[in-house]
Amino acid sequence: MLTGATIVLASFAYVGLLFAIAYYGDKRADAGRSIIANPYIYALSLAVYCTSWTFYGSVGRAATSGIGFLPIYLGPTLMAALWWYVMLKIIRISKANRITSIADFIASRYGKSQILGGLVTIILVIGIVPYIALQLKAISTSFSIILKYPEVVMPDKAGAPLFLGDNTFYIAMLLAAFTILFGTRHLDATERHEGLVAAVAFESLVKLLAFIAVGLFVTFVMYNGFGDIFNRAAEVPQLNALLMLGGASGSYTTWASLTFLSMLAIMFLPRQFQVAVVENVDERHLNKAIWLFPLYLFAINIFVLPIALGGLMHFQGGGVDADTFVLTLPMAQQQPMLALFVFIGGLSAATGMVIVETIALSTMVCNDLVMPVLLRMKWLRLTERPDLSGLLLGIRRGAIVVILVLGYLYFYLAGEAYALVSIGLISFSAVAQFAPAIIGGIFWKGGTRTGAIWGLAAGFLVWLYTLLLPSFAKSGWLPITFLSQGIFGIDLLKPQQLFGLYGLDDTTHCLFWSMLANIGCYIGISLLQRPNAAEHSQATLFVDVLKQSSATAGSRFWRGSASIDDLLALLGRFLGPERARDAFAVYARSRGEKPNQAPAADADLVHYAESLLAGTIGSASARAMIASVVDEEPLGIDEVMNIIDEASQALAYSRQLEQKSRELEAATNELRGANQRLQELDRLKDDFISTVTHELRTPLTSIRAFSEILNDNPQLDTGQRAKFLGIIIKESERLTRLINQVLDLAKIESGNAEWHSSEIDMREVLEDSVTAVSQLFKDRNITLEIKAPPELPLIVADRDRLMQVMLNLLSNAAKFCERPDGRVNITLMRQDDTLRVDVTDNGIGISPSDQKIIFDKFRQVGDTLTQKPRGSGLGLAISREIISHFGGRLWVTSTLGEGSTFSFTLPIKASSKFEVSGLKLDQKFGT
Amino acid sequence: MALFLLGCLLFNYPLLSLFAGQGEIFGVPLLYAYVFTVWALLIGLMALVVERRSD
Repeated sequence: MLTGATIVLASFAYVGLLFAIAYYGDKRADAGRSIIANPYIYALSLAVYCTSWTFYGSVGRAATSGIGFLPIYLGPTLMAALWWYVMLKIIRISKANRITSIADFIASRYGKSQILGGLVTIILVIGIVPYIALQLKAISTSFSIILKYPEVVMPDKAGAPLFLGDNTFYIAMLLAAFTILFGTRHLDATERHEGLVAAVAFESLVKLLAFIAVGLFVTFVMYNGFGDIFNRAAEVPQLNALLMLGGASGSYTTWASLTFLSMLAIMFLPRQFQVAVVENVDERHLNKAIWLFPLYLFAINIFVLPIALGGLMHFQGGGVDADTFVLTLPMAQQQPMLALFVFIGGLSAATGMVIVETIALSTMVCNDLVMPVLLRMKWLRLTERPDLSGLLLGIRRGAIVVILVLGYLYFYLAGEAYALVSIGLISFSAVAQFAPAIIGGIFWKGGTRTGAIWGLAAGFLVWLYTLLLPSFAKSGWLPITFLSQGIFGIDLLKPQQLFGLYGLDDTTHCLFWSMLANIGCYIGISLLQRPNAAEHSQATLFVDVLKQSSATAGSRFWRGSASIDDLLALLGRFLGPERARDAFAVYARSRGEKPNQAPAADADLVHYAESLLAGTIGSASARAMIASVVDEEPLGIDEVMNIIDEASQALAYSRQLEQKSRELEAATNELRGANQRLQELDRLKDDFISTVTHELRTPLTSIRAFSEILNDNPQLDTGQRAKFLGIIIKESERLTRLINQVLDLAKIESGNAEWHSSEIDMREVLEDSVTAVSQLFKDRNITLEIKAPPELPLIVADRDRLMQVMLNLLSNAAKFCERPDGRVNITLMRQDDTLRVDVTDNGIGISPSDQKIIFDKFRQVGDTLTQKPRGSGLGLAISREIISHFGGRLWVTSTLGEGSTFSFTLPIKASSKFEVSGLKLDQKFGT
Repeated sequence: MALFLLGCLLFNYPLLSLFAGQGEIFGVPLLYAYVFTVWALLIGLMALVVERRSD
């Protein structure tokens, strides 16, 4: 038999089993061998969606509205198809930013706003605490029913003693203990609770098996399969209506709006966010969950209608609440073990929800409500305390107890009131208010903080006015005239027919108006303003999360400086000094550095510290705390825009690339040019060598030829002999001169030539050179004249070298001026800071093409192959080297047939070269 | 995404209304059979798509 003791024992055994599983899960997690790191556990934990509202309530709903209970489960199925786009993104964002709750998520998205975080938390507490109360009620009701076994009696509606006299209170406190034990074991940056998830997944399995067990029992034991139940039901007119849409089961509008509502609920209920996002071990698990979770919903719903119909037919005449059919049918059939199993199943549905929801709420209350307020109270001097981790844990544990006590009180006070029974959909409608801010926040960069705040607040107020307050009125806590006449008796403000809109059910009505206000404010206000720098950077982080690598996310929007010691001390206060040091050591190791190496923290480290802190106290508070130790230079909006604008970044990058390739091209061209010059020089060197050998061979050949003639013909007459010897001597002299000149040029070019500079009078040099060549000119009948002004400054140069130049120019002039009236004029004049010498002849002249090459080595005008060379071809090259050595210039102007003018200039002022020469001179004279 | 749209279509007016009336298949009311069949079909398709994509 089923006695009270058995039931209590079984319940405690079950809860004990949960403790064991959670303990084991935590142990395994600590050992690094997670038992929840697989997609099946993940999908099962998602089934925390199915609360006792599903377990007991679905049948109740099906009994009154037929198939109308299904949208609550079809919505999540449809949403699962979108998870690949939406949930994956939310998980990525949350992991990258260490987001630990839905309030944190919204606050973080809109510039880490503490106000938003607080607002979300308040909405959730108001919307969710009654939902927790509903779970407690389910446990309490099912307990009192099964206690009466084998009779099926509905529990008394009133008269239960408060607190210590009430079983429900103990259950609530047991749940609080469990939650505290496994939910706030320690502070962790990721806020993951492996043991807890393992327990929740186990509970999901239990409630599914229990429900299916009842379903099979009712369908196949009490009746003969589905067909039998439906056939019998079809004979009863009221039941027949349940099998069709549009009648008792509600309109298509209701159907659609409930589907929509549950689509949002599956994403944004705190417990769903907790298990799906925060407790997610690996985002790949989402893949399988996309179809496994709907499959779970499918399985747990397939027997709902048969049970409802079976119950309605079995308990004809009423007296038994349809919400309890799941439990009462096995009882009525004298199935104690099945009834106990069902009771345990219901217990797991309720406890699973309460535990996860409480954890999620307590994290939010602590991080987004209490801590920001405490940190703001300067007189508490919290920021100066060395270790706040204990305080944080204390706040969380306190929040858990407070939430459960509130839930219990609400349950106690509301009892059977409408406000409690209908709370499921009311809660759904509350969390639906987060949809615009979150969905908009991850797909639209333009959403602003003010827009989100106003959207949320407007949606929340409309929800409060059109759904929550009317439910209070229906429970008799507010005057019912509030519903029938509107506030202050204004008809248009009737909460459930706002502005005269009627024909919709309560939920749809609320959904329409609240979404209108919410989305309208969110988009409207967002469009009216420009997001500030913080909002813009967060928006980019969120919207573009799939494009970023997690390592760089965040840090690039920060610049400033902080000392590692300050950061460490700050982190230590919230995480505990030990854990903070460990975290920094891990970070340093991951970057291949030794811990505490650098005194100043870089942007990455600051970002790392902030994300660690965000996991513990929420992103908004973390931002504020980090800002207190960091000398931050806030980025201007324009800078942020520049940094984060992906397009401009890409553009800048490609510009850089272009620039680089242009530079590369230029370098290549330079190299090519240098190479060409090298090849040219190489060619010149080859030319030079071949020319030199050629030039040397010519005199050598004639010397050898005449020597052989003299040698072979001893009988040559004296005249001939003298002539040949003369040629040999002349050619030898020419050979000597040539070799001297080659050596000379080589010396000058290599910079090894000796220069003996002194102050010289240019006129003297000219006169001496004229004297030297006068015989040559006389022989050829060429007139030679010097024109020079009387007073000229002295210049510093090598007298012998200048003589060399003049003799070369004059002998050239003589060579090409062999004509009857040949004349050569030498003009000396001052031109600016230089002395200029012109040597003008009226000879054959030089063609323009030849003018360019006569200064090259071994270049001679005329055909050197057919005509006997009239010089070495080095004279002008050497002359030009000499003149340029003294800082001057040598050039030629000429007209073919009219003569040529060779001119050179020499600077009067001493240049650096002269000083060097002068120094040599001094040394020479000094010694 | 396509599956989501397909689901929205199949689970709503007016397609739903085609099956909302009287009638039964194998002794199961038409609406009930329709909704659960479509539901199962949808889950099957999602499994197919997801598993194929993750390969």
